[in-house]
Amino acid sequence: MTLADTAPAERRTGLDLSWPILIAFAAILVALIVLPMSWLVYYSLTDKGTFTFANFVKLVTDQSFRDPLVTTVILATSSAVICCAVAAPMGWLVARTDMPLRRTIRALVTASFVTPPFLGAIAWELLAAPNSGLINQVYRAVIDDPGADPLFNIYTLPGLIFVISCYTFPYVFVLVANALDRIPGDLEDASSILGGRMWVTARRVTIPLALPAVLAGALVAFLQAMTLFGSPAILALPAGFHTMTTKIWSLFQYPPKPELAAAASIPLLVLTVLLLRAEHMILGRRSYAVVGGKQGAPRLVQLGGWKWVALGLALLVLMNPVFLPYGALLNAAFSRTASQFVSFSNFTLHNIEFVFFELSATKLAFKNTFILGFLSATIGTIIAVVISYLTARKAIAGWRALAFLATAPVAVPGIVLGVGLFLSYTRPPFVLYGTLWILLIAFVTIALPAAYQQLQSAFRTVNVDLEEASRILGATRLQALGHITAPLLRTSVIATWCFIFVGVIRELSAAIILFTSETKVISVLIFDLNESGDLGAIAVLGIIMLVITFAVVIAINRLPGFGAVRFRG
Amino acid sequence: MSTTTFTRRSFLHTSALAASAALATRVAAAPSAEPVTQALVDAAKKEGKLAFYTAMDLPVGEAFAKAFEAKYPGIAVRVERSGAERVFQRIGQEMGSNIHAVDVVNTADGAHIIVWKRNGWLAPYVPEEVARHFPAQYHDPDGMSAQTRVWLSSLGYNTRLVKPEDAPKSFADLLEPKWMGKMVKGHPAYSGTIMTATFQIARDLGWGYLEKLARQKVMQVQSSTDPPKKLALGERAVMADGNDYNLIQLKERGQPVEVVYPSEGTPFVAGPTAIFKSAPNPNAARLFQSYLHSREGQQLLVDFARQHSVHDQVTDKPGSRKLSEIKLMKDDAAGVEAQAEEIKARYAKLFGV
Repeated sequence: MTLADTAPAERRTGLDLSWPILIAFAAILVALIVLPMSWLVYYSLTDKGTFTFANFVKLVTDQSFRDPLVTTVILATSSAVICCAVAAPMGWLVARTDMPLRRTIRALVTASFVTPPFLGAIAWELLAAPNSGLINQVYRAVIDDPGADPLFNIYTLPGLIFVISCYTFPYVFVLVANALDRIPGDLEDASSILGGRMWVTARRVTIPLALPAVLAGALVAFLQAMTLFGSPAILALPAGFHTMTTKIWSLFQYPPKPELAAAASIPLLVLTVLLLRAEHMILGRRSYAVVGGKQGAPRLVQLGGWKWVALGLALLVLMNPVFLPYGALLNAAFSRTASQFVSFSNFTLHNIEFVFFELSATKLAFKNTFILGFLSATIGTIIAVVISYLTARKAIAGWRALAFLATAPVAVPGIVLGVGLFLSYTRPPFVLYGTLWILLIAFVTIALPAAYQQLQSAFRTVNVDLEEASRILGATRLQALGHITAPLLRTSVIATWCFIFVGVIRELSAAIILFTSETKVISVLIFDLNESGDLGAIAVLGIIMLVITFAVVIAINRLPGFGAVRFRG
Repeated sequence: MSTTTFTRRSFLHTSALAASAALATRVAAAPSAEPVTQALVDAAKKEGKLAFYTAMDLPVGEAFAKAFEAKYPGIAVRVERSGAERVFQRIGQEMGSNIHAVDVVNTADGAHIIVWKRNGWLAPYVPEEVARHFPAQYHDPDGMSAQTRVWLSSLGYNTRLVKPEDAPKSFADLLEPKWMGKMVKGHPAYSGTIMTATFQIARDLGWGYLEKLARQKVMQVQSSTDPPKKLALGERAVMADGNDYNLIQLKERGQPVEVVYPSEGTPFVAGPTAIFKSAPNPNAARLFQSYLHSREGQQLLVDFARQHSVHDQVTDKPGSRKLSEIKLMKDDAAGVEAQAEEIKARYAKLFGV
C-alpha cells in the first residue's frame, strides 16, 4: 500500500461511513434504552390496552403502595446520611493524613464495593438474626443471659438500613477520597501560613472544597439505597414490610400485573432523573475548586498518636461490610448448622459436595454467568470505546445525541430496566425473553454509562495530534484508532472490561425479572436458595462468587498505571 | 371434620385388592397404562436430559434426580426448584412467551394442575405402576397427573428452646401471648404448601384465627421448607406452619426439632406431578414420570424424603407416624383454585407482605 492510493480512499469512506455508524450506534442505544422506557411509560398509562390514569391513582391511594414508598424514602435518606457520616471522615483519613495502612484500607473499601449486596444481606442474617445470629449468640453468652433481648435484630428497618449502608458507603468514600486527592495542598498550606489553626483550615478550606463531593456522594448513596432489590428482598420480607423494589417484584406474582409494575417504576425513574440533575449541578459547581496544572502532592496531616486510633476506627468500620460477613459465610460453608461455630463435631464438607455434585442448577448458572459476563464486558467495552471515541473527537455530526444516550441508562434503576425490557421483548417483533440476549441487553445497558464515562475521560488524555499524524501518513481512521490510540488506552479498556464483568456477576435486580429456568445466573440461583433457607449452599456459592470477583479486581490492580477503582450502578 | 378423616383414612387403607377393583372400572375410560419399554428408555437416552420443575425441598428433588440418573445413565435431570406459587408463575410467564422449557412439574398446590389442564398444557400419560398401584382418587381420570407425594403442614418446635410440656398442641395455643415474636411461618404467595394450608385453616378455623395470628409478630419466610430450617437454626422456637417432612428429616439427623400435629386437624397437602405437552424432552419426561411413581421412587419418597406414598406396595419406614393416626383437614384443590387470589390479597393485608 502506498500513500498515494490509500489516503484519498480513506477520506471518501470516512465521510460515507459517518452516517451509517451514527445510525447503527444510535439504533443500538435506542434498543437498549429508548424502547424499554417507552413501553414502560405506555404500560403505566394503560389497562388491557385502553388509556387510563388508574394505575397511578391506585399507586397514590392504595396503602399497600404508599407504605413501601414512604419506607423507601426513609431507607434511602437514612442510608445516605449514614454513608456520608462514615465515608467522608474515612476518605479524609485515607487521602489527607498519615494514618498507617492507607492502601490496605482502600483495598478493603474496594472489597466492600464489589461484594454483592444481596450476599452481604444473607451474611448479615447469619450474623444478626435476632436469635440464631452469631453476634447475638456471643452477646448472650458474654452477658450470661440466654433469654436476653438480641443486641442487634437485622430483620428490622434499621437493620436493613445498616446492611444497605455497608455496601453503599464505598460510593461516597471513592468520591470524597478522589476529590481530596485532587485538592492541592497549597491552599491548606496558605491557610496555615496565614495563621489558620488546623480546625480553621479544615472549616474554611478543606471542608468547603470537599463538600460538593460529599453531597454528590450522598445523592449517589440515596439512589443506590432506593433502587437496591436484593437486600430488601432478603431482609424486609421476614420483617414484614415492602420497599418499592420488592413491591414491584411482587407484582409479577401470578397473575402478573405488568401495568401496575410499570406505574410503580415511574416514581423511581423520576426521582433518579431529578437527583442526577442535582448531582450534576453540584459537581458542576465544584469544578472551580479543582484547579488544573500540577501542584505539589497534598501535604499529609500529622495525626501523631491519634493515627493508631484512626486506623482502629477505620478497621472497625470495615468489620461490618467485610470481615464479619466473610467470616460468617466461611463458617456457614463448613458448619453442619449455619448458626453454630465450626468445631470438630459439626465440621462438614457436605455443602461443598452438595453444590458441586448434587445441585443440578450449578453448572448451568455458572455457564450462563460466564457467557453473559464475557459477552457483556466485550460488547459493552466496544460500544463504549466507539462512542467515546466519536464524542471525544467530535468525529461525526450528532455525537451529542450519542453521548446523551450512552449516559442515559444511569437514570434507570436495574429493576425498572428489567420491567421495561420484559415489556419490550416478550412481544413481537423482538421476542428475546427466555434467551440470554435479553439479559445481555440489560447488563450492557446497566454497565454502559460508567464504561462510557471512564473511556471518554481516557480518550481526552490521548492527544489528538498523534492520530492526525498517523492519518496524514495514510492510515484510515480505524487504523489510526487501532495502531495509535488503542495501545495508549489499553489499560483503560482492560479495566473497563473487568468492571463490566464484575458488575455482571453481582447483578440481581434486572436479572430477577428477566431470567427463565434456562437463563438463570448465579445471583438468581443464590436468591432462590435463600427462599428455601439453604444457607450452606448459599455460603459456598457466595464464596466462589467472591473469589472470582477478587481475582478479576486484583488483575485490574496489577495493570500498570491503573489507580483507583470506580464503579457505578 | 370426622367424616373427612374417615374418608382419608379409608382410601389410604383400602386393601390393594379393593383399590385394583376400583381401578378396573377407571382404566377403561382413562388412557391406557404405559409400561417402561426399551424403546422408551432408548428414546429418552437420545434426548439425554430433562427439566424437572418442582416445589419439593431442594435436596429431596436432587435425590430423585440422582437416583434416576443412576438408574438410567446418560439422562441428566436439571432440578428447577422454587416455591410452588413461584413455579406456577414461572411456567405461566414462560408459556405466555412461547418458551417451552419445562418437561415435568411436581407442584405442592393441586390447584395448579386444574389450571394447566384447563389451558390444555398437559400431556396424558399413565405409568403402568400408577394404573396398577395407585388408588383411583390419586390420579387424574384423563391421565394428566398422578399424586406423587403426600405430606402435612404441621406445627413444630425447637426442643432446646421449648420443653415438650410447654409446646403448643393446637392452632389455638399459638395465639397465647407467650408465643409473641417467637414463631416463624411460610407465605402463601410463594409456597403451595402454605397456600393449601392457609385455605384449609381459613375454611376450618376462620380468618379470625389468621387475624389473631398476624398480631403475634410472626417471622415471615417464603417457602414451607424454610420454617423447619429456621427452627433447627434456633432462630425461632415455634413453627406456625411449614411442612412435617423437613422436620422429620432434621430430627433424624440429630437436630433439636419436634413435629406437632395440632388437635384441630393438620392441613393435608398432596403434590401431583404432570408432563407438559410442549415438553422439549417428551420421552425422558415419560421415563422420569414412570420412575417417580415406581415402587422404587416411592420408597425413596418414604424412606429419604419422609413423605407419604399412595403406592400400595410401598412400606412405611419403621417408627413413622401413620397418616391414619393423625387428624387431618380435608384437601380441596378446586377450592384453592377458586380462592387463591382472595387468599393472597387477604393474607398480604393481614401480615403486611
